[in-house]
Amino acid sequence: MITVTAEDFDIAKLYERLRQESNNAGAIATFTGLVREFYEPPADSEEPKVLSLTLEHYPGMTEKALGSIVAQASQRWDVLACELVHRVGELKAGDQIVYVGVASTHRGDAFEAAQFIMDYLKSRAPFWKKQNTTAGEHWVEAREIDETALKRWQKP
Amino acid sequence: MLQINLFASLREELGERTLKLTPPESVSTVNQLIEHLIELHGESWRLLQDETRVLVAVNQSVVGRTSSIVDAEEVAFFPPMTGG
Repeated sequence: MITVTAEDFDIAKLYERLRQESNNAGAIATFTGLVREFYEPPADSEEPKVLSLTLEHYPGMTEKALGSIVAQASQRWDVLACELVHRVGELKAGDQIVYVGVASTHRGDAFEAAQFIMDYLKSRAPFWKKQNTTAGEHWVEAREIDETALKRWQKP
Repeated sequence: MLQINLFASLREELGERTLKLTPPESVSTVNQLIEHLIELHGESWRLLQDETRVLVAVNQSVVGRTSSIVDAEEVAFFPPMTGG
């Protein structure tokens, strides 16, 4: 199930739902992303702190794009069930922002499918982050490292 | 009627979230639509031509600049995505 919501989520409930949804699963891999207090590791005490993060998205396209990413993962690996939650709106440092859980017969597929889904949603689902820091507001720039992360999944 | 959506920094820079328009028949690709928007709204909209800063989705799928917009319901312009 794919959920895009302003509400916080309960990972225990999501995990339980994965167990209920999957038949004969031997592994569940889960990942939770949090809002960091510092965007880059602070070099000194003057480094601006992140006070909050505002996530904008494209309603309609977001759900489609996430659905397509999960469908691609399901074609490639043995995915018995998947729970994906992405929050939108205003979040504070330390808040949960994203959750992906994959149930599979074996752990290898669960780990890889979860990682694939995370790597793709970073730059292929229409979310945009704006940071409100002690030094002011700015939109987060897309990072080269996120594109590099996708390359490892490209088949030769 | 075509709906144009702008998101994130583009929405702020151009000061519009949604526009509705009926493009002339001569406008059939994304590139031509951008030219049409520049004619309607001014030179500041030329930033949509910057392919490194601006992505385009037609009917909620990301496409290239030469893609058709004929019969499209929605065209969106937005910066590279930063989810997760």
